[in-house]
Amino acid sequence: MSLTDTSISFPPWSQVFDVLAFRQGYNTSAVVLGTTLLGLAAGTVGVFTLLRRRALMGDVLAHATLPGIALAFLAATALGMEGRSLPVLLLGAAATAVLAAAAVQAVTRHTRLTEDTAMAAALSVFFGVGVVLLMVIARMPVGNQGGLKTFILGQTAAMTGRDTMLIGGLALAAFVVTGLVYKELRLVCFDAGYARARGWPVGALDLLMMALVVTITVVGLQAVGLVLVIALVIIPPTAARFWTSQLGVMLPVSAAIGAISGYLGAAVSALIPRLPTGAIIVLTAGAVFIVSMLAAPHRGLLATALRALALRRRTAEHHVLRALFESRETGAPPSLRELRGIGGAVARLDRRGLLTGRGASMALTARGLSQAAQITRNHRLWEQFLVDYAELAPSHVDFSADRVEHVLTPDLVAELEAAAAARGRLPTPAGAELIPSVHPLRSPDAGGGP
Amino acid sequence: MTDRPPPTPTPGTVAATQAPRPGGLADRPEHSPESPLSIHDVTVAYHRRPVLWDIDYDAPPVAPDSGRLIAIVGPNGAGKSTLIKACLGLVPRASGTVEVFGLPAERQRAIIGYVPQRESVDWDFPVSALDVVAMGLYGRIGWFRPVTRRWRERARAALDQVGLADLAGRQISQLSGGQQQRVFLARALAQDARLYFMDEPFAGVDAATERAIVDVLRDFRARGRTVVVVHHALATVPEYFDDVLLLNMRIVAAGPVETTFTKDNLRKTYGGRLTLLDQAAQALALAEEPR
Repeated sequence: MSLTDTSISFPPWSQVFDVLAFRQGYNTSAVVLGTTLLGLAAGTVGVFTLLRRRALMGDVLAHATLPGIALAFLAATALGMEGRSLPVLLLGAAATAVLAAAAVQAVTRHTRLTEDTAMAAALSVFFGVGVVLLMVIARMPVGNQGGLKTFILGQTAAMTGRDTMLIGGLALAAFVVTGLVYKELRLVCFDAGYARARGWPVGALDLLMMALVVTITVVGLQAVGLVLVIALVIIPPTAARFWTSQLGVMLPVSAAIGAISGYLGAAVSALIPRLPTGAIIVLTAGAVFIVSMLAAPHRGLLATALRALALRRRTAEHHVLRALFESRETGAPPSLRELRGIGGAVARLDRRGLLTGRGASMALTARGLSQAAQITRNHRLWEQFLVDYAELAPSHVDFSADRVEHVLTPDLVAELEAAAAARGRLPTPAGAELIPSVHPLRSPDAGGGP
Repeated sequence: MTDRPPPTPTPGTVAATQAPRPGGLADRPEHSPESPLSIHDVTVAYHRRPVLWDIDYDAPPVAPDSGRLIAIVGPNGAGKSTLIKACLGLVPRASGTVEVFGLPAERQRAIIGYVPQRESVDWDFPVSALDVVAMGLYGRIGWFRPVTRRWRERARAALDQVGLADLAGRQISQLSGGQQQRVFLARALAQDARLYFMDEPFAGVDAATERAIVDVLRDFRARGRTVVVVHHALATVPEYFDDVLLLNMRIVAAGPVETTFTKDNLRKTYGGRLTLLDQAAQALALAEEPR
């Protein structure tokens, strides 16, 4: 391969299958397995990082590992050891990450700077120092330093089987520890003030969470790189949150998304070595996130849009029914023209057998009449409530009643009835179920609207 | 502090009364070791600016079947929440001590309950009402152990007591504000403490919740508990509470509602700040500020 050769050749399908099925030799299989474990642990730890709102802190820790890597390399080389030894580099990375966290703490406590400012400053300063140190190392007459740069964006090709054992082991440990203090972390994330008042060591638990993030970050340096590793911590829980509102479900879903991202990313990287592993892993997680955001039931954007559409449709149908009902009361023709989107509503009501005819001959069926009476009654109950209890002027209540009447639950209607009865509005003097409108209905000559 | 007479010095012991007090509270004349809550000379400062000055308070002792409901009342910014947070160790005390049944509050956490302000947490958090109530039991469940069915049953019983048994499995964001407040109350019930602090439990709740809270408070009283409640609605103080603590950066008056909740004391509490306290606080804050 030359520098000008930027082509990416796609491997044959048989090789794709071999990698995915862990049959492409020991080294590749080990890397794929190790990265999967990394994703699993990152997705688990990430849930609590997200819920405790420490995502940005995680990014600070990740970036702050760079000077540690460089310093560890320099120190090991000076002592005549192998500078590229992974355990040594990871130790250095963890050391400066912890230092950065301490710096943020100190600045926040002793000055009036806010935490986000302190974090932004720490992130850039530590990363800057790391970049300078890498430059220094590059100019030194020692060999074997080229690999250090792969820590920035991640490159599984540089990983050995031994490295992978270390990475997988650490990831597994982080996963197990998180499971062990699941209950305690849940309490601290939900209500730290209460936890502290009850005597739980909130500071120590926060520290443990930070240590877990540092572990994931450091472990993920080789595979994902320090720039993107925080994405592997944060994106899986964010995606998982769309699917569930139970922490007990969110945790395994997030872990699974992380594991799948790590697995696919490492596999692709093994097949097409020119692609940066970290980016592939994070893009896989990102794709899951986008799908979740769009398609998840309840919290997804699509579901939200559908609910809004259903409400709009129901609102339009209610308006048509009420207009027809009130026109029966006043004898004036129904004023439907000013209501938007009623064409579809009329057709839907017709299909459901609630009305017949079009234009001037439009009329409610028997079933339509009883529904329309119900809707009109709810509308007037709410209007009456606003006039009686919120002391609004009768001329002002129509609009807000329009908003509320479509979402009234039977419970709320019962409360409105009780409130109306307390003011002597129910039962009505005429003995009818329906209470009169608080404002004049449209008179026959104003029937057409503006 | 200027509103209360200084302890009368016994003739001939002037030097002794001016000597620094020993650490414990047991030798204070007004202090009783049976007191559920003794606050002595507590000052709290935010960024070195004092917000509470020299608070001294002793809650009256209780019997097993007759507890005490105590309201903390005062204008906005009087330091009501800060006082209970200082008692709970949630904000650092610049000076002073807090004792609970004769021992430092820090060592009595197992018997101290807390109902924080509803707004203090994120209600979109992915847990159910039952999960939140079970948090009141974590202390007894202990480290690393899971919340087993036995504990969930206890939490359910507490939810039942505030009328929310049917909503146990409901995600907390799906609850109304009043129901959320009752979930917090159920968490306190599940814990079964001897001294409770509640931060504005009545704020913005519906009538059903207000009734539920009052029922729980009376139940606590019947079982000999002491409950200290930050309270906003002056009108309900005589109906709901036994004692009142009138606060405005310092204690204006404290004692039984009948004798303490007077027009005169209320005027002193709400009739503007003691501007000198404010000015002194400002000066303290500025003294260490860069110019």
